[in-house]
Amino acid sequence: MSVLAQGAGRTAVFRGGAVSLRVERRSVVVTALLGVVTVGSLLAALLLGYYTVSIDQVVRAVFSEGTPAEEYIISDLRLPRALTALMVGAALAMSGAIFQTLTRNPLGSPDVIGFDTGAATGALVVMLMLGGSGVLTSVGAGAGGAITAAVVYLLAMHRGSNGFRLVLMGIGVGALLLSVNHFLITRSTLYDAQSAAVWLIGNLAGRGWGHVQLLAPALLVLSVLALRMSRDLRMGELSDDSAAALGLSIERSRVLCVAIGVGLAGVAVAAAGPIAFIALPSPQIARRLTKVPGPNLVPSALVGASLLCLADLAGRELFVPRQVPVGVLTGVVGGLYLVWLLTREWRKDRR
Amino acid sequence: MSVPSRPVPSPVAAGERSVTAGTVAGPLGRGGLLLVSVGVLALVAMSSLAVGSETLSFGTAWHELWHETDTEAGSIVRGLRFDRTLVGVCVGAALGLAGALMQALTRNPLADPGLLGVTAGSAAAVVTGITLLGLTAPSQYLWLSLLGAALASVAVYVLGSGSRSAMSPVRLVLAGAAVTAVLTSYVNGLTMLNQQTYDAFRFWVVGTLVNRDLDVLMAALPFLGAGTLLALLLSGALNAVALGDDTSRALGVAAVRTRVATAVAITCLCGAATAVTGPIGFVGLTVPHLARAVVGPDQRWLLPFSMVFAAILLLAADVVGRVVAPSGELQVGIMTAVIGVPVFVFVVRRRKLAQL
Repeated sequence: MSVLAQGAGRTAVFRGGAVSLRVERRSVVVTALLGVVTVGSLLAALLLGYYTVSIDQVVRAVFSEGTPAEEYIISDLRLPRALTALMVGAALAMSGAIFQTLTRNPLGSPDVIGFDTGAATGALVVMLMLGGSGVLTSVGAGAGGAITAAVVYLLAMHRGSNGFRLVLMGIGVGALLLSVNHFLITRSTLYDAQSAAVWLIGNLAGRGWGHVQLLAPALLVLSVLALRMSRDLRMGELSDDSAAALGLSIERSRVLCVAIGVGLAGVAVAAAGPIAFIALPSPQIARRLTKVPGPNLVPSALVGASLLCLADLAGRELFVPRQVPVGVLTGVVGGLYLVWLLTREWRKDRR
Repeated sequence: MSVPSRPVPSPVAAGERSVTAGTVAGPLGRGGLLLVSVGVLALVAMSSLAVGSETLSFGTAWHELWHETDTEAGSIVRGLRFDRTLVGVCVGAALGLAGALMQALTRNPLADPGLLGVTAGSAAAVVTGITLLGLTAPSQYLWLSLLGAALASVAVYVLGSGSRSAMSPVRLVLAGAAVTAVLTSYVNGLTMLNQQTYDAFRFWVVGTLVNRDLDVLMAALPFLGAGTLLALLLSGALNAVALGDDTSRALGVAAVRTRVATAVAITCLCGAATAVTGPIGFVGLTVPHLARAVVGPDQRWLLPFSMVFAAILLLAADVVGRVVAPSGELQVGIMTAVIGVPVFVFVVRRRKLAQL
């Protein structure tokens, strides 16, 4: 394998046989730092809390050598919850990165094609009309989201799909479903409406190893697929015509990307409910940190994972004795961080 | 700059149609179509006076409107439905106009007028009022809602503008999204911790024309009027800005000043409308797309068409919402989407889209 340095030391190219990889140095450094931040947030989620523990207690508990209390708190409560948070955050962020690149729109998120609203409708129908709960809600959400995404995509097909038309269809269908959701909520009793509202905000409380076991393989497969598509996505950032001229089969790669993005969002919704404001800011934050165009899938995933993990920790511990669902805090954590990044850019402009 | 009120001669309209490909002004020309739309609006307004749980004939409704009679029909028409119709027309027009301005400002099809932080600011202020001050009546929400909208949108402008690339659309959109997210979280948190707040809030957040009498409208009217005037004066300048900052400067239009004025107009319009009825998101988001598909991207036509279309949609949704449910009414915020979306989907599917 040879390493070629280019562009005044900014990029490095690795070549080994059939594989050639071009990386931006800043992007690698930022990704590594983000990896450290992610591990740090995982550790914080394990260590901090009503019972604060030390690192060697954590190590002992993970290798089943701690006291029963330590093992219960760390291995059974905190670790699976934190891992779920990391995975859901990563899935949402990657899905957001895919949709923002696909629609060339910084407001892009799975909701662009109506996914979140559809998932909420599915879950509300299960909870308020069929009286189901738990797993059934997740199934309803997944089905609702997937059906909505498919309907939006099919409605937008008109002699080939078109990014702009897709966005408009998503707006229309999303608006219809949102009003259905409001209708269901205003027509139900206060108690039902409030438990539905808790689900709609998104929650990670009580997530155990069962969730981790379901999430991990799905996330692994989907992220590998997403990374394979990232070159297509990067070309897709150009206009449709230029991408086609570069040999990209637009239609095929768009369907695949939408499917992967919806899959990622679906996994996240099924595990934690429709958590807001991870999919939108994570790719924007990652892009501002790496300063590299393109979907920035890995940095986005790390940003999303850390954001969600820290937001969950804050929701768990800041309002003791109450636990605030993580969905309430993602807006604060992600929003304030994005605000901070924007003010920093603002100040730089000033100079 | 001003709103053309007479029909454009058809040869000119035909020539313009070839420039704005994908519009459907038809043989009437755009001016004629606007007149027809205003006629439809008048018709919908009449049915809004006549239709309800106690349906009257158009003739009776018309008569009661102009004559002080002591009948039950008179009190229904003048006491309830007239106010409600007026509120519907004003709020609908304001939301449609704000939506068209927002899309011209951000050049982003996903940006609804609430994205400047207006809706989230109103919601945060209203929730605070319900929780801390125990407010329950819509007229009490009004000033809080206006205040919240103003504060939130100032925060968005400050964040969204840098001094060099003053108020770039992307940054403005991101700043709006960030501020909206923070405020929405605050609202979610408060409503979650306080059940009574949630119960009042879940009905405010749907958006409704019920029990909005003229006092509420009158308080909001100065803002609506100022916003509308500013918007219509800006329409020519917005056309120039759409060509890019450099071209607009060459045409003698200051892009930055236009953007700031547009943002102020949006805040006035959307903030006042939200204060009167609660957030009705769908109208501002979709009606401009609909209007653009019909008349093309020229702002001088797009703005008035968006106003009229939005007023028609909102009022029609309100009328249908009164009669469609077996018991009670369906809130207008729900009905706008139910009525508007099929039309929207049809238009977006069929037409060659005039992009932003």
